[in-house]
Amino acid sequence: MSNNLRFKTSKLIDETYRVSFKFNNKKYFGFKGDTLASALLANGIHLVGRSFKYHRPRGIMTSGSEEPNAIIQLHDNSSRTEPNVRATEVEIYEGLVASSQNCWPSVNFDIGGINNLLSPILPAGFYYKTFMWPASFWEKYEYFIRKSAGLGKSPKVPDPDIYEHKYIHCDVLVIGAGISGIMAAKMAAKNGFKTLLVDEKSYLGGSSIYDNSEFSKINNQITSSWLEKEINEISKLENLEIKTRTSVAAFHGYNFLLACENLTDHLPINQRENKVRQRLLKIRAKKVISATGSIERPLIFDNNDRPGILLSSAIKKYIDLYGVACGENNILFTNNDTAYETAMSLIQRGIKVNAIIDNREQIDSKISYEVEKNNIKIYKGYTVVDTYGYRRINKISIMKLSKDGQTVVGDKTKLNCDCLGVSGGWTPAVHLFTQSGGKLKFREEDQVFIPNIYPSDQISIGSCNGDFGLEEIIKNTLSSIKKFLDIDNSEYKTVETISGLNQSKRNIWLLPSDKSIGKTKSFVDYQNDATAKDIKLALREGFRSIEHVKRYTTTGMGTDQGKLGNMHALGIISETAGTKMGEHGTTTFRPPYTPLTFGTIVGRNVGEFFDIFRRTPIHDWHVVNNAEFENVGQWKRAWYYPKDNENMHQAVQRESKAARDSAGILDASTLGKIDIQGTDASEFLNRVYTNAWSKLAVGKCRYGLMLNEDGMVYDDGVTTRLGENHYIMTTTTGGAANVLGKLEDYLQTEWPELDVYLSSVTDHFATISVCGPNSKKIVSKVIPDLDLSDEKFPHMSFKNANIDNIKCRVMRISFTGEHSYEINIQANYGKSVWEKCMEAGKDFNITPYGTETMHLLRAEKGFIIVGQDTDATLTPIDLQMDWIVSKKKYDFIGKRSLYRSDTIREDRKQLVGLLTENPEIVLEEGAQIVADIKKSPIEMLGHVTSSYYSPNLKKSIALGVVKGGKNMLGQKLIIPMENKNINVTVADPVFLDKEGERLNAKL
Amino acid sequence: MFLINCPFCGEREQSEFKAGGEAHIVRPKQPTELSDDEWAEYLFMRKNIKGIQFERWNHAHGCRKWFNMVRDTSNDQIKAIYKMGEKPPVK
Repeated sequence: MSNNLRFKTSKLIDETYRVSFKFNNKKYFGFKGDTLASALLANGIHLVGRSFKYHRPRGIMTSGSEEPNAIIQLHDNSSRTEPNVRATEVEIYEGLVASSQNCWPSVNFDIGGINNLLSPILPAGFYYKTFMWPASFWEKYEYFIRKSAGLGKSPKVPDPDIYEHKYIHCDVLVIGAGISGIMAAKMAAKNGFKTLLVDEKSYLGGSSIYDNSEFSKINNQITSSWLEKEINEISKLENLEIKTRTSVAAFHGYNFLLACENLTDHLPINQRENKVRQRLLKIRAKKVISATGSIERPLIFDNNDRPGILLSSAIKKYIDLYGVACGENNILFTNNDTAYETAMSLIQRGIKVNAIIDNREQIDSKISYEVEKNNIKIYKGYTVVDTYGYRRINKISIMKLSKDGQTVVGDKTKLNCDCLGVSGGWTPAVHLFTQSGGKLKFREEDQVFIPNIYPSDQISIGSCNGDFGLEEIIKNTLSSIKKFLDIDNSEYKTVETISGLNQSKRNIWLLPSDKSIGKTKSFVDYQNDATAKDIKLALREGFRSIEHVKRYTTTGMGTDQGKLGNMHALGIISETAGTKMGEHGTTTFRPPYTPLTFGTIVGRNVGEFFDIFRRTPIHDWHVVNNAEFENVGQWKRAWYYPKDNENMHQAVQRESKAARDSAGILDASTLGKIDIQGTDASEFLNRVYTNAWSKLAVGKCRYGLMLNEDGMVYDDGVTTRLGENHYIMTTTTGGAANVLGKLEDYLQTEWPELDVYLSSVTDHFATISVCGPNSKKIVSKVIPDLDLSDEKFPHMSFKNANIDNIKCRVMRISFTGEHSYEINIQANYGKSVWEKCMEAGKDFNITPYGTETMHLLRAEKGFIIVGQDTDATLTPIDLQMDWIVSKKKYDFIGKRSLYRSDTIREDRKQLVGLLTENPEIVLEEGAQIVADIKKSPIEMLGHVTSSYYSPNLKKSIALGVVKGGKNMLGQKLIIPMENKNINVTVADPVFLDKEGERLNAKL
Repeated sequence: MFLINCPFCGEREQSEFKAGGEAHIVRPKQPTELSDDEWAEYLFMRKNIKGIQFERWNHAHGCRKWFNMVRDTSNDQIKAIYKMGEKPPVK
C-alpha cells in the first residue's frame, strides 16, 4: 500500500495486523478494522464501479450505508457470492474477494461507457418512450434490455450459510449508538428500563467517537474521550443489551421493528463454519428512541460524480477513524461549516488542503478563522461549475455566485486537486420514523424535514431530530429523554459543551453553471444516473407529483433508495415548479432501510422446513409401498402407487379398474372432520346446508352442499347423525379450516342463540375407504361382528363397531359409485387397521389407490370436486344439482342469492360432460371451449375442468363448464389446441351407472 | 404489526388474528322478503373509510372467538375492542 496515504490512528485500526484481500483479481493489503472502502482508498483506489445507465466511472463517495456508488460483488463465483454490497460497510478479513459490477471487460475500460457519449439520446423515460412501438417488436427488444438490466450477479447455487429469527421484547429500544443514543441508553437502563441499544456499525459512538478536535469539547474534555468513558460505563450496565453490526431495517406500527444482526460477515470464511450468519430480530419495544443521526448532503453541480469526489464528512472519517487520506491535494466545497472540521483534521496531519470553496459570502465561526490561520485559501461566495479527469478527478473550475445564487458571474478559475470533499449540510435520517407512520414538518431556515407527529410511543433525538450542534444535541437529548421516560434523574449533572461550529448555511439545491442545463450532468441520484436535467424534463413533460417524478426519472430507486439525493430532487422540483418545499411532501420511505439478504428474511424456513407438512397416520405405509405424493393444502397425499416402472397413467388405469372390478382402498384421513354437538345442531345444519336436515334419522348420513351468501358453492361433504344432538361433518381436504371458521362466524355473530358447539377432529381420526364389489367381504373379515346386510346397514348409514376392542365408526357412503365403506378409527390405530384391510383383501386383489384414481372414479360418476370443477362462480343450479337445493326451507346461507337477476340467467356457465369424437384423445384440463372458430375474435364459451381416460368405459371423459351448457346436450363444440382442433360433444356429466346399480347391487 | 387485546385472551400479536370486514352488518332475518337491490346492499356494499372504521376480527389462531374493533384506518390506532353483540363504546 502507498504509505503516504496511511496515518497513525489510535482508534479502530490495528496496524499490527495486516490483512490481504483481492479486488478485481489483484491482491492488496489493509489492516484489521478497515472496511473494504478504507482499504481501497489507502491503496489509492477510488474508481470501483460503473454507473447503471451511462457506465460512468464511479468512486467511493461516502463512508456508510448511504453509499450509492461503491457497490460491489462479494465472493466472486462462490456459493456465497452476493451482489450490490456496499464497500463502505464490508469489514475486510483475510482472503476477502470482491469485484466491480456493471462493467465489461473491466472497471478501467468498460465498453458500456459508450452510453455516456450517447447520453443526449438517453433522456429520462428513454425506455418507456422508445420501446413502445411497434408492439410486436417487444420480444426482440426484451432480450437486449434484460441483458443490460440490473446490477451484479445473483448466486446460482444454494446459500451455504445459516440464518435465524429471534424475538426480542424490551422496555426501551435505542436505535443508533451515537452520542445521543449512548446518553439515552444510559438514562433508560439506569432508571430500571430493560433496554436494547443497536447500531449498524461494528463500533459504538457514531461520528463523535472520532471527534478529536479542540473545537468541540464536553465538560472540558475532547468529545471522543468523554464519549469513550460513557461507553465504558454503559457496557457494564446489567439491564442494557448492546448489539453492534445490527441494522434496523423496518419500523412498523405498534413499535414492532425488524433488525438484521450481522454475526459472521467480518470473519474469514474458515471461521464461519456452523455459525449463524445473520439473525433477523423481531423486536417489540414498549418505547423506541430513534437516534439514527443524519446523512451529509452532496452538492449538485456539473460532473459532480467523478471518482475522487467524496462527502466531506467521509474524508474526515477516513482520516480520523481509519487513518486513511483520500487524496494528497484536497479541495473542499461547502455551503456550511462541516467542511472546515474536515479541513482541520487534514491540516493537523499535514495533508494538503488546496482551497475551500464556500457558497457563503459571510463566514463567521471559530473553526473557519482557524482554517484561514493555516493559510488555506477560502473562496467565499463561489461555486464549482465543472470538474475534470475521467477515472479520477484532477481539476475543478470555479466561478463566483451572483447575489441571489441563481447564476454565476465573473471569470472561471481552474484549481488542481485529486480529491474533492463536498458538503451540502445535513439531512436528518428520518427513514425509520416515517416508516412507522410518523409525519414530518419542513424547517425553512436550514431546509430540512424533521419529525413532527409521532404515531406510537417513540421519540427522535440528536441529529435525526434536526439538532446538529453539539450543545443542542446534548441539551435536548437530556430534556426530551427525561420527559419521554418520565424520570427525575437524568444521570448527568452538568454537561458543558464548547463548539467552534456555527450552523449557518447557504442552501442552493441546484448550483448554477455557466453552461445551459441541457449541457450539464449534475447527478442527483448517482446510482441510477438521474440528473437535475432529467428532473426538469419530467416537470416539463407534465409530471407534478414527486412520486411520479421519482418513477419517471428513477430518482431514488436504486439499492441506496436515494439516501443522498432525494432531498435535492425535491428541492429542484419545488424550485422549478415555483412551489414551497414542504408542500410536496416526500416520497414514501419503505422498508428495508438497507437491503436485507433473502437468507435473513427466510431464516430457518428453508428446504423441508419451508412450510408445514401434514402427514396422515398411514403415511409411512404409503412411503414403504412406493407411493408418489401430491400436495393438497399442507397435506401430503398418496397420489398413485406405481408398480414395476409404471408411469402415472398406467398406475391410475390399473388402480381404477381394480376398484371397480374387485376392491380398492383409499386413505381419506385428510378430509376435514368437524364434530357438531348441541340441542340446536339439526337447526344449525338446516341453515348452513342447502338441503333439509331435520328429518335425518340417527345413524344416517347425508351429502350436503354449502354455499356462500352470494349463492356460490363453497364446500361439500357427507355429514352423519351420530346421536340426537350429535353430528360429524366432513369437509373437503383443502377447505376444512375455512369451513370451520365460517361456521364459527355464523354461530358467534349471526345466530348466538343456537346451542351448538364445533370442534375440529380432522387429526383425531384416520379414515380408510374400502370400495368395490368385494368391499363387503373384506370389511366383514376385518369387523366380523358387524352385520353388513343391506337391511341392517344400507347405503348412507352409519354403525359404531369395534376392531380388536378399539371403537370405530363405519359409514356406508361412496364417492366412487361403488359399494363402499369408510372406517374411521382413532388416529393411532389407522395404520394397523389399514394393514388389516390389506391382509383381508389379499384374496380379492385389494388395490391401494391414490388421489388421481379417486378423481377419475368420481368423474366417471359425474361427482364434482369443489375447487376443481367449481371456482366460486358456480351455483348448485349451474352445477345441475338442483335436486340438493331445498325448495321448502325458508332460509339457508346463500338461498336469497339463487334468484338474483344474475344467478337466474340462462346463459351462465354450467357444468356438463364432454365426450371427444375420437375416444382416445384426452382433453387438457383448463383448455378453452368454443363453438365457432371462424368468428373473430373467437367467443370463449367455457373451459374443461376435469379430464381422464376411463379404463372402465374405455374412452376419454371430461367435465367442463359451458355457457348455457344445460341446454346443449348432444351439441358439437370445439376445443382449439396449439396444433389441432378437437371435436367434442356435450354429454350428461354422469358417464357410468346412472341408475346406481353398482351401488345397490346385492353382494 | 398490531398488538390486539383479545377480549378473551389478552394482548397478542396480529399474526394470530384474522380480519373479518365491516362490523354491525346484520344478516336480514327474512332474506326472501327482500328485493334484489336490498339483498345486494347487504351482500356487497361495504364502507372503506379513511378514519374511524368498525371491524370484525377473529382470534383465529387462539380462542377462535370473533369480536369487534374500532380502528382508525388512517393511522392504525385501535380505539376500542368489544365483544360480539355489545354496543360500540365510541361513536
